[in-house]
Amino acid sequence: MNEPLLSIIILAPLAGALILGLFGKRMGERAISFVACLTVGISAALSFYVFFRHLHALEEGARIHDYLFTWINVGGFRADFALLLDSLSGIYILFVTFVAFWIHVFATGYMKGEAGYWRFFAYLNLFMFAMLTLVLADNFLLMFVGWEGVGLCSYLLIGYYFRKDFANDAAKKAFIVNRIGDFGFALGLLLLFLKSGSIFYFDDASRGIHGAFEWAASQAADPTTLSVIFAGGITTIAVLMFVGATGKSAQIPLFVWLPDAMAGPTPVSALIHAATMVTAGVYMVSRASFVYVKAPTAMAIVAIIGAATALFAATIGIAQWDIKKVLAYSTVSQLGYMFLACGVGAFTAGIFHVFTHAFFKALLFLGSGSVIIGLHHEQDMSRMGGLRKYMPWTFRTMAVGWLAIAGVPLLSGFFSKDEILYRTFTSSVLDPTLGKILWFVGAATALLTAIYMTRLMVLTFWGDERFDTHGSHSHDSHGHGDHHAPKESPVSMVLPLVVLAAGAIFAGYLGVPEALSGGRIQNFFEHLLHPAIAEPVAQGETAHAAEGHGTELALTAISTVIAFLGIWVGWSWFKRTPLWKPPRLLEEKYYVDEAYDAAIINPVKATSTGLLWKIIDVRIIDGAVNGAARLAALFGTGLRYVQSGLARSYVAIVIMGAVLVIGYFMLG
Amino acid sequence: MVPLSWYLGLSALLFTIGAVGVFIKRNAITIFLCIELMLNAVNLAFVALSSYFGDMGGQLFVFIVMTVAAAEAAVGLAIIISIFRNRESLNVDEADSLKL
Repeated sequence: MNEPLLSIIILAPLAGALILGLFGKRMGERAISFVACLTVGISAALSFYVFFRHLHALEEGARIHDYLFTWINVGGFRADFALLLDSLSGIYILFVTFVAFWIHVFATGYMKGEAGYWRFFAYLNLFMFAMLTLVLADNFLLMFVGWEGVGLCSYLLIGYYFRKDFANDAAKKAFIVNRIGDFGFALGLLLLFLKSGSIFYFDDASRGIHGAFEWAASQAADPTTLSVIFAGGITTIAVLMFVGATGKSAQIPLFVWLPDAMAGPTPVSALIHAATMVTAGVYMVSRASFVYVKAPTAMAIVAIIGAATALFAATIGIAQWDIKKVLAYSTVSQLGYMFLACGVGAFTAGIFHVFTHAFFKALLFLGSGSVIIGLHHEQDMSRMGGLRKYMPWTFRTMAVGWLAIAGVPLLSGFFSKDEILYRTFTSSVLDPTLGKILWFVGAATALLTAIYMTRLMVLTFWGDERFDTHGSHSHDSHGHGDHHAPKESPVSMVLPLVVLAAGAIFAGYLGVPEALSGGRIQNFFEHLLHPAIAEPVAQGETAHAAEGHGTELALTAISTVIAFLGIWVGWSWFKRTPLWKPPRLLEEKYYVDEAYDAAIINPVKATSTGLLWKIIDVRIIDGAVNGAARLAALFGTGLRYVQSGLARSYVAIVIMGAVLVIGYFMLG
Repeated sequence: MVPLSWYLGLSALLFTIGAVGVFIKRNAITIFLCIELMLNAVNLAFVALSSYFGDMGGQLFVFIVMTVAAAEAAVGLAIIISIFRNRESLNVDEADSLKL
């Protein structure tokens, strides 16, 4: 099937980026925000239209293409600039464009009066183009284009305040760390192409294309041993691709860039570093589910890394003072959940969590942005408190996000998190003991999540007013130094909060686990995604049906208890001692940055300066270049004696030369 | 019918006169004329051999040589005039400012 509107979805934000990038400097703020929101709005509207128009076909596994042109066609290698809409990319474009639209609206209020307003929105629109390309691509190479594009925009937006050193450092860190992951991803793609002869996802007879996934489906599954990782087969492909995912989605060991990325403006943190770009890794892994199901070792790695990251980041999140840093570690932790789901074969549950997380995490970030603006750019939670009565709408909407992420029943986070924990517990892909351990880690993380989110809320909205109401900060230059008390944000910022809060409440109802409704309501989300996702190969005999709904209900009850327990613990703990001093190890993030500095960065720097620069560059390379010049000068000095200035001596040389040449030919 | 060797002999003679002229004369105009003489000696050899072998290639070459010679004459004379204006002399031995 064909759907020409797909290309409009990706091209509208590109047009916006071009208009704003080329002419934005001469446009007013209203015109800029109009163009930026309009183009993303067009994308969003078309996404909804296209998705619901083809909903029935998508449920039955239709793949709707929009072929634009053949990009590369060399020998056996072919890559098209073509878009693919199936249920997986359909879900993604829905929430990406929806959340992005409201974040754009929020940003028009948040960025008011900032220098480079046009630049910000040009980057943001460019990001939307790259993200939608990543999602809608119908082959891995085009996906890689989007993948690098979002990385670039992330770099540009983190470094938006480019006059500040910390923003530049954070931007470079994000870019370099991502590059490491991308290298793995690129290697994985090369190997996939070598093995399967195609970088397309699926067969398409109308274009004569064979898909890599059809190849993967025809392969035998690799055995579950560690040595297959290096065997150069399907497990190696899967592991290399996951390296890319750990970079983009901030998993151990490449998560270090995401907390620093909070140096960018808050709408950027909400859009790129919470709701959309960082979930690209999850998208890629679930897109490649056909590869992963044949590589059980790789899946185990994904699950273990995911669970470890979830717990690790949650323990750091509890000890941070910067409100955005807490949310950043929370994002890392939630991304860990999504990978845990993918690793245990519950790709659908992972995507479902991506979906719900996009709403409540974007909401929380925007809420924190509203708080930061309300307090005149204060991010330190130890200087907040008691904001409930000053910013009622920010408080109410953030409370929804807080309860949703904590896993309070009937809100969106509850359904998705519960689904992941249940599928981990009963996983048939992993060794059953490992599944139980991972479930325990996940449950512990859920408890910590509820605690640190309660801490964030209590420190911000309850308790003493620890902020400085006398405006002794040097913010008077901003022109609003006369507002001493914090005040509620304008409607352009509150409205997106309300919309996203509604999303955080209701998004979960798309995928209500069947056990909860007693099988009366179909799990729409799972049903929809089913054709786009590969079925994992069961290792043991633990079939789902045999378990019945009993286990699931019991686990749901445990999750609920955990959520309320966490909130209660956080409430009673931080209400009493809001400025509780966390252990130094946690406050300093386990010294991971310092360890990387000592183990990798400093040796690289030392080698670069000591060996590469001072010896190889100065001595060998410069030496060779200067030596060549000196040699030429030497010859020149010798030869210049021939230049006598006498025309007849030149003639003599010419004639002698001619005689020699002719003599050579005559005699030889 | 004049045999080929006569033509070639005349050509060689003209060429030698030209070469010796370039070698021993000091006046730039004379040297220039000697160069033209060498070029035309070669032209003579070309047409003679072309006629002898019945091959048009040689005659084509003559046209190319004449074209180049015309261009070279234009440039060369311009240079000579310019040298004369600067130095009031056409003695090539005096135009030696490129010397060490």
